[in-house]
Amino acid sequence: MPPGGFTASGKESYAVIYADNAATTRMSEAAMDTMVAMMKESWGNPSSLYAHGQEAKEVLEKARKDIAEAIGASPREIIFTSGGSEADNQAIRSAAALGRKQGKMHIVSTAFEHHAVLHTLDALREEGFEVTLVDVHENGLVVPEEVGEAIREDTCLVTVMYANNEIGTVQPIREISAVCRKRNVIFHTDAVQAVGHIPVNVEEDGVDMLSASAHKFHGPKGVGFLYARKGIRLKNLIEGGAQERGKRAGTENVPGIAAMAVALKEACANMEGNAAHLTKIRDRLIAGLREIPHAALNGDETRRLPGNVNFCFEGIEGESLLLLLDDRGICASSGSACTSGSLDPSHVLLAIGRVHDVAHGSLRLSIGEDITGEDAENIIRNVKEVVSYLRGFSPIWRDLTAGKKAFIL
Amino acid sequence: MALYSEKVMDHFRNPRNVGVIEDANGIGEVGNAKCGDIMKMYLKIEDDVVQDVKFETFGCGSAIASSSMATEMIKGKPLSEVKQLTNKAVAEALDGLPDYKMHCSVLAEEAIHSALEDYQKRTGRKI
Ligand SMILES: Cc1ncc(COP(=O)(O)O)c(C=O)c1O
Ligand SMILES: [Zn+2]
Repeated sequence: MPPGGFTASGKESYAVIYADNAATTRMSEAAMDTMVAMMKESWGNPSSLYAHGQEAKEVLEKARKDIAEAIGASPREIIFTSGGSEADNQAIRSAAALGRKQGKMHIVSTAFEHHAVLHTLDALREEGFEVTLVDVHENGLVVPEEVGEAIREDTCLVTVMYANNEIGTVQPIREISAVCRKRNVIFHTDAVQAVGHIPVNVEEDGVDMLSASAHKFHGPKGVGFLYARKGIRLKNLIEGGAQERGKRAGTENVPGIAAMAVALKEACANMEGNAAHLTKIRDRLIAGLREIPHAALNGDETRRLPGNVNFCFEGIEGESLLLLLDDRGICASSGSACTSGSLDPSHVLLAIGRVHDVAHGSLRLSIGEDITGEDAENIIRNVKEVVSYLRGFSPIWRDLTAGKKAFIL
Repeated sequence: MALYSEKVMDHFRNPRNVGVIEDANGIGEVGNAKCGDIMKMYLKIEDDVVQDVKFETFGCGSAIASSSMATEMIKGKPLSEVKQLTNKAVAEALDGLPDYKMHCSVLAEEAIHSALEDYQKRTGRKI
């Protein structure tokens, strides 16, 4: 039995360090309590006119107000979705529909967006749109001027993520939005990894549309929201009833939405303290893992999410690293080809110029607020041991150390 | 449900026959150009029998477990038998691999075949 695991109640049965919060987070107690309370009490249909239905409607509208407040929007600008992917799809499809009407069939984005964005763009290409992907450079940061250069007369949308889910780099959103404003182009940002973790304010940031997902900030899975600035006409992805002002059919997931609002309020209230704690631990992890020879941090060292650490270790493969860390009670992730299920390593690592061999040996640690300094030392020690163990029987490492192949890192 | 069978995890956690044979007379190194896994097999062949075998692998859990299992399956076996080894047999001996991981077990079969070819080239013997 490996020294780590969760019981059915979600509590650790024995010591586990969960360092995969970019994949998903554990729900907060308050969010869980809210969800259960809603299921028990306010389970009516918000569209029903009797009191029990209207009570659910009130819960829904209170959640909308709280969420709007958390990001500096007005409640009418928030529509609830099934998560980040749906919000991304709807935002992009909406801008594309507007563009098509005006004969503007060009979109600007980046190569390291989430697949919810990239695959939507692929689909639009098939429908006749042209897409320009701006460079994200070696440090994983978009240069706003280059966004400006990519914008054309027929550009209907710029979509650039707020913070990258793999390497954690935080984009210069305000500068990018300023460029878009000046050129009169709609700007959407996938803020799934940012909301609840770093300050996000749609007014100050100047974004026109923004996607978020509850399960990344200790809310439930399968719930998210799309912010769309007043005046932007949304296109439906799901046709049916008149919920969400006719822009997203389907009886609302009231318990999930209420829990999302509670989780977001909580995350925002504790943001400063959490970020300070996480940043300290993150920087200790970076310093500790740097001691491993022929390793490199992925993404800019400071302009990154407080909880994100991402390294490449030359000469080893990521899945074996993850499995052995799992045996030692550490949950992490990797962008290696073998972990993706496809044959290709992470498109994010390739986009920042990591070659296949090196991208194969990647490790992402996305730490959560409950991490301790002791956990960090534990992670560093275990990663060092496992990397060195795997290098011990890696033919690539043998060739590198024998001088038959040149080190890349 | 875990990603891998108990057998795979056993061979992954405690790989058999890991390392190098300094006086190997058949060495094969193969790689999957796309996913990037690389496997190297060292054979010590005497009297048409694999007296010793060792491997080194750069790859995922399924690649490491396949290498380990494959070495166990050919150690002490006559070459006539060794050359028949297939990736399917390796995967079966591991109680199966996820579909999208079958390509990793192919490497074990290929590495052994490549080591046998090397042996034939070095010794001029036909198997
Ligand atoms: C940046 C980013 N965008 C979109 C998504 C998709 O969100 P969801 O899982 O809620 O559909 C994720 C989560 O994996 C993400 O990290
Ligand atoms: Zn593999």
